[in-house]
Amino acid sequence: MRIHIRHEIAHTFEPPVRFLNATLRLTPRSHESQHIARWRVEIDGDSRIRAFDDGFGNCMHTLSMSGQTETLRLFAEGVVDTFDAAGIVRATVERFPPELFLRETALTSPDDRQRALAAKIEGENRIERLHALLLLLSDDEKPEEPAQEQTQAKEPAAQKQSQEVPAPKAPTKEDKNKVKALVHDFIVCARLVGAPARFVSGYHLHPKTQAGGFHFWAEAHVEGVGWIGFDPANAICPHESHVRMAVGLDALDATCMRIAPSPQTEIETVDVRRQS
Amino acid sequence: MLGRLGEAMVEKSFWDEMTGGAGDIRAVYARIDQWLRDTPPDILAARRSQAELLFRRIGITFAVYGSADAAERLIPFDIIPRVIAQKEWHLLEEGLIQRVKAINAFLTDIYGPREILRAGIIPADLVFQNPAFRPEMAGRRAPHDIWVHIAGIDVVRTDENEFYVLEDNARTPSGVSYMLENRDVMMRLLPDLFAAHRIAPVENYTDLLLKCLRSVAPPTASGEPSVALLTPGQFNSAYYEHSFLADRLGVELVEGSDLFVRDDVLYMRTTQGPKRVDVLYRRIDDDYLDPLVFRPDSVLGVPGILNACNAGNLTLSNAVGTGVADDKAMYTYMPEIVRFYLGQEAILKNAPTWRCRDADSLKYVLEHLHELVVKEVNGSGGYGMLVGPHATKEERERFREKLLADPANYIAQPTLSLSTCPAFVEEGIAPRHVDLRPFVLTGANGSRVVPGGLTRVAMRKGSLVVNSSQGGGTKDTWIIEDA
Repeated sequence: MRIHIRHEIAHTFEPPVRFLNATLRLTPRSHESQHIARWRVEIDGDSRIRAFDDGFGNCMHTLSMSGQTETLRLFAEGVVDTFDAAGIVRATVERFPPELFLRETALTSPDDRQRALAAKIEGENRIERLHALLLLLSDDEKPEEPAQEQTQAKEPAAQKQSQEVPAPKAPTKEDKNKVKALVHDFIVCARLVGAPARFVSGYHLHPKTQAGGFHFWAEAHVEGVGWIGFDPANAICPHESHVRMAVGLDALDATCMRIAPSPQTEIETVDVRRQS
Repeated sequence: MLGRLGEAMVEKSFWDEMTGGAGDIRAVYARIDQWLRDTPPDILAARRSQAELLFRRIGITFAVYGSADAAERLIPFDIIPRVIAQKEWHLLEEGLIQRVKAINAFLTDIYGPREILRAGIIPADLVFQNPAFRPEMAGRRAPHDIWVHIAGIDVVRTDENEFYVLEDNARTPSGVSYMLENRDVMMRLLPDLFAAHRIAPVENYTDLLLKCLRSVAPPTASGEPSVALLTPGQFNSAYYEHSFLADRLGVELVEGSDLFVRDDVLYMRTTQGPKRVDVLYRRIDDDYLDPLVFRPDSVLGVPGILNACNAGNLTLSNAVGTGVADDKAMYTYMPEIVRFYLGQEAILKNAPTWRCRDADSLKYVLEHLHELVVKEVNGSGGYGMLVGPHATKEERERFREKLLADPANYIAQPTLSLSTCPAFVEEGIAPRHVDLRPFVLTGANGSRVVPGGLTRVAMRKGSLVVNSSQGGGTKDTWIIEDA
């Protein structure tokens, strides 16, 4: 599937700041079932941007801006070709053996609820157990409609690509946090049953509704197979409608943007659509 | 604040540094012995109170975390110096430098090719599951491959030529201000005794430190690299030391809010406008260093500081992620680490240690709790530690449960027979147990150990716990040419 993505982020500062620093993880990398046809990250304003790999092998940009800044606008835009691989991700950049991803972090330290959930996991082998976990999580918190970061209906108006048109239904911070929490649940439980697991950020296009947005899911490692994606918010393994961007031990590692000083407002618009 | 250490007592004889245990005064202590004989107790008492007055005036105090009267306390100072002969010191020095060399090689490897893991010398999970291992640093290199510029290695002595390392401190070791202040006070109080010995100087520590820090400046630095010292602020228990060192180094003492990063370069705000910083001697933990990389809620750090470092515009001292090398579980592998990187046997011994992560060791430790010291792998300052022979039955039982719940979090060591030195205590002059923390400085031109260090002394009779947070005191440490 050929997917076109445009991800805009605008921050405002009140009062204006004299300088700011940010790290961006807004550039997906190619792997076996994902080819980046083209991609760019652009920032308006007088800034310096530098690309390098972070510790996990994600493509990262650091941004440094000086001079009075009231608004910082940036966008990432590109075209990605995806292929269905039943959730299996191969030929990714790996800096660590899978065992690293058994590591506990502040955001993935197991609580009683997660321990109880992990105790319910059954299955003959690791793959079965991971699928059982995926089902457990979707039973636990059945989303009314496919949970998604940015539920944006594909409307003709949006196709004009007018920059003034805001997303019809902006995802609330709550929606975002819900998906994040669900992915953390998956990671914690997977690690509790001995499977290395990690957090993934990226984009998703719902095949039926054609609604797309920024999204989070997980990957768990299975000996002999490799890393397999699990999308607990949609209770599926990621397929050609997922574009994988960054991985890490938890949401913090894969955050698309970290910025200091903290902005007053943050507006994010993500447009994901199928391109023929 | 003064780091950690502490062993329990056992009923056996200890090697005394003055008498050698046999009752004859060792040559290096001859003059000290004479002085102690010649000086009436009331004079000694007067000197001690003068010393206390001096320390109060200087304001060298520390805070004990978690204590009800967390107000600032004075560390007891013992006016009888500890004496070590130069040839004994040379052996120790050689061992310390070897150890720090191995630690730096280990860090370069573990954040780089990870050959030691491939060779199967260290279990991979000990590195990867270690909270002090920083995945963010993977693939990065430190300037000159030096990660640990300032190390504080805790050693104890059990015999004339036997030194054991109890702990490596490769993060932000403290205590060096006591080494320097103790010497100052001794010189003022006992000039005659001082003049009677040929004592190796420690005063040049800060000069050596500054040279060391400048030597590891990034290549982008100007002729004379600019250095600053970053403190978490006045509420930190080691704040006195931070301000003391900045003063002696002649560099700015800064807090996070005094610094900012622009275009991947670190600057400090000064009255003359922003000034570039090339080397930052930071005394705050990794976790708080950069809210863009580590804890986002940190207000102590500087956003973007790691980017400046990774862009090659700044050297952090010590580098980020060095804690993986000084963890108590890694400590047990230090002899293998030295052998792997240097092809040599470790000069300094490790205290025999049981890793509770191994089932057999755990079994042994649980059976011998009453005679062992059990420590948390990541604990410090003598907190979270069980001193078996001194613990009550209930304490041991509590620890047994903790051990069973998370064995990998603990190691156990036998109670080492720490050497004793004469100390001036309530009942007069009596032997008390001591340890030593020498400071190893490593720059582009090699390692240096200032002859001396911080000697900590357990002021209570029989006690082997020398931590300042647990009532330990300090002594001046004299390295002298043989008498």
